[in-house]
Amino acid sequence: MASSLPMKKTWTRHVVSALELDGLKTAINVSVKEEKAAFDSKAANSLVKQLRANFAAGKTRSYDWRMGQLRGILKILDNHESEIVAALRSDLSKPVHEAFINEIINLQKSCKLAIKKLKEWMTPEKVPISLALKGSAEIVPEPLGVVLIISTWNFPLLLSLDPVVGAVAAGNSVVLKPSELAPVTSSLLAKLVSQYLDRSCVRVVEGAVPETTALLEQKWDKIFYTGSGRIGRTVMAAAAKHLTPVVLELGGKCPVVVDPDADIKVTARRIAIGKWGCNNGQACIAPDYIITTKDFAPKLVDTFREVLQQIFGRSPLNSKDLSRIVNSNHFDRLTKLMDEDKVSGKIVHGGERDKTKLKIAPTIFLDVPHDSLIMNEEIFGPLLPIITVDKVEDSFDLINSSGRKPLAAYLFTSNEELKKQFVASVSSGGQLVNDTVLHVAVQELPFGGVGESGMGSYHGKFSFDAFSHKKPVLSKY
Amino acid sequence: MIEEKESEILQALYKDLSKPKLEAFISEVHAVKSASNLALKELKSWMKPEKVKTNMSTYPSSAEILPEPLGVVLVISAWNYPFLLSLDPVVGAIAAGNAVVLKPSEISPATSSTIARLLAEYLDNSTIRVIEGAVPETTALLEQKWDKIFFTGGGRVGRIVMSAAARHLTPVTLELGGKNPVVVDSNVDVEVAARRIVAGKWAANCGQICIGADYIITTKKFAPKLIDVLRNKIEEFFGKDPTESSDQSRIVNSFHFRRLANLLDEVSDKIVVGGQRDESRLKIAPTILLDVPENAQIMQEEIFGPLLPIITVENLEECFGIIEAKPKPLSAYLFTNDQRLKKKFVQNVSAGGIAINDTILQVAQPNLPFGGVGESGMGCYHGKFSFDAFTHRKPVLYRIFARDSSVRYPPYTPKKEKIMRALLSGNLLRIILTLLGWSRD
Repeated sequence: MASSLPMKKTWTRHVVSALELDGLKTAINVSVKEEKAAFDSKAANSLVKQLRANFAAGKTRSYDWRMGQLRGILKILDNHESEIVAALRSDLSKPVHEAFINEIINLQKSCKLAIKKLKEWMTPEKVPISLALKGSAEIVPEPLGVVLIISTWNFPLLLSLDPVVGAVAAGNSVVLKPSELAPVTSSLLAKLVSQYLDRSCVRVVEGAVPETTALLEQKWDKIFYTGSGRIGRTVMAAAAKHLTPVVLELGGKCPVVVDPDADIKVTARRIAIGKWGCNNGQACIAPDYIITTKDFAPKLVDTFREVLQQIFGRSPLNSKDLSRIVNSNHFDRLTKLMDEDKVSGKIVHGGERDKTKLKIAPTIFLDVPHDSLIMNEEIFGPLLPIITVDKVEDSFDLINSSGRKPLAAYLFTSNEELKKQFVASVSSGGQLVNDTVLHVAVQELPFGGVGESGMGSYHGKFSFDAFSHKKPVLSKY
Repeated sequence: MIEEKESEILQALYKDLSKPKLEAFISEVHAVKSASNLALKELKSWMKPEKVKTNMSTYPSSAEILPEPLGVVLVISAWNYPFLLSLDPVVGAIAAGNAVVLKPSEISPATSSTIARLLAEYLDNSTIRVIEGAVPETTALLEQKWDKIFFTGGGRVGRIVMSAAARHLTPVTLELGGKNPVVVDSNVDVEVAARRIVAGKWAANCGQICIGADYIITTKKFAPKLIDVLRNKIEEFFGKDPTESSDQSRIVNSFHFRRLANLLDEVSDKIVVGGQRDESRLKIAPTILLDVPENAQIMQEEIFGPLLPIITVENLEECFGIIEAKPKPLSAYLFTNDQRLKKKFVQNVSAGGIAINDTILQVAQPNLPFGGVGESGMGCYHGKFSFDAFTHRKPVLYRIFARDSSVRYPPYTPKKEKIMRALLSGNLLRIILTLLGWSRD
């Protein structure tokens, strides 16, 4: 099996796959609908019972089983890359490049790291204890049991399988519920997981609210949820009934503070790519709004204009490098934000939209009022408000004043003092200085929220830990 | 505070639980002192950001994980170790830099008011407060938005706490309980094993301890011997009539006394040691029962008292089935010299923590996390784990403006794709070869 990436994939192949998949889509949707009707509370209960029995029989515990599942995920990526890319194009008009870099490569890296480190992660950690005790102690990682992973639609491959990597590495039995808002990817996942992973212990349940509700009624040993704060609350409340621990990867308004001393070109490019080159702003860690000084804002806007033209051309709605908005609900939600009276006059760039293609162009606003809709909910789209302040230091209080800690916070500056102040006074899931979005690619850093943006974390070893119980064992002689 | 007010604290514990002075000193006062001293010693190192290595895909960059306080946290304590279980979490919360509200248990009222008084005297009132009260006060507190809730108590209220927390997306640590099994193999030094079991059960708040032995599993053959030695040890420790002994805590209140009396009455024909009780003084003697039926109430709920059922099996390996049929406990214990059995036990029994050849001691080790799994809880504390329980470990990645490659940005061409794939593969040779065909702008 090739461990390096295939070099011969061409653009045309991806397009052909997309057309083929389009044809299949109707057939898949019909069969999905038939399955949907059958999956109720009783079915969910019986599924969990089955998986619990298989877990209790020890099927998932061995190193070999876990490696087998991880290799299975790698095989899915190696053998079905073009189908995956086509599914993502179908569900989100995701540019091939993004599908590849943001989803496939990240997942591959995650899997390869787990394969490389699994033995080490599984090894009990010896712990020093007081000499008087005449014994020894260690912390033994053990699987939690049967876990539920509820995924989301914006990075439907990555956010489904990345947690699965952690869950199987830690030796658990898994049920994955992909998002119905990315239906082609959801069906593809269901098909490929059942083909490449151990059906007796790893299952995909497709569906929408009824199916998710049926799953949430069951007793799980862990629930891993990626999505919104509203549903996050529902998930945690359901988990509370069974004392099930949860990881909630939610969102928030990720602020970007831009110091006038920053390199304006690089800053604009990195913000642009993190915002509009990442599912067109539909990402939990996408820059949500900018805070900069009144003097610097116009220059920043000008630079954005240049950069956006370079990246997406004169007519961004026609650029193949721009993802579409996932569906008409979200399209309407975003146009509502744009069209609010107190905001529509603040557009300084963009504003074009095409409902038939579900496309909205990169749009920048200057000085929207703090009480506008666009400043009070997570945008999750290609709209970028710029708020101005007198001095850049004022931005920290502004960020903290919302009372809601975001998933990520960004700062562009060369000023070491400002960096220190930022890191010390702004609380968020994670932070990045002089770039956006990239920190999630560093497997050694935990990825997760705090406060409204979530609880728990994963990536790298943190994924293994998220699905493990670290059991202390004290042995006396 | 502890050094100056030790006798007041011990007096309060005696009032609430008739806790023997020495037991109270070791298990509560001294334990909190140790936790505080450890935190004082290690705080600088705990507060330090942890540098993290980054790889080629974000080159050039540096990263660290910064611990930061969560904010305003709520600690809800329990009645059985009312001083320890109030202040031990508070040590963690303060070390991590949070503001704290502590709600001690109303079922141990003397300790609750002593803590309220002492904390107001010794700690910073503007950021650390004690709220006394019962269900109405706790409900009012649970309606608020906290940055963390740390709860010690039973599973029923644990669910209520977590549901309340869910409304505000507040993370929780729940230290609950369970039926902690003690498996006793016949190849042990029975004197030592019995001593350790007796001490861990009846000299620990009269069995009212979340990590106490709840029931024993041993072989039919070995049970009579074990019972004899246990009986002797009990008499050695507590005298002929243990309800008269001052070395034993009492049952906390008449509600729990009656609860335990009911458990006992259902299986009273199975008593082989003890059984004496005195409702007026809320005392129940160390009581051992042999072979109670599995469906008896005493085998269905956490006992939390001085009753110890012994379940016998033909072959000790049967213990695994018995333990697995119950919810995951807070602790599980095994007395054996059989290395194979030890390995199998550690591998197959899921519990908050495990101790081999002793009971309860594992929680005194600050390097070991203390917490439950499944029904016995979520999250953990003690030592650095306490600091971590009240901390957000925030990753920070630092980049510079120089060396911004255009490869990252659309419009995407097949050439760019080649380079990106190479860069992300992390393979240096491949990166060099690919870049030789492309000039950086």
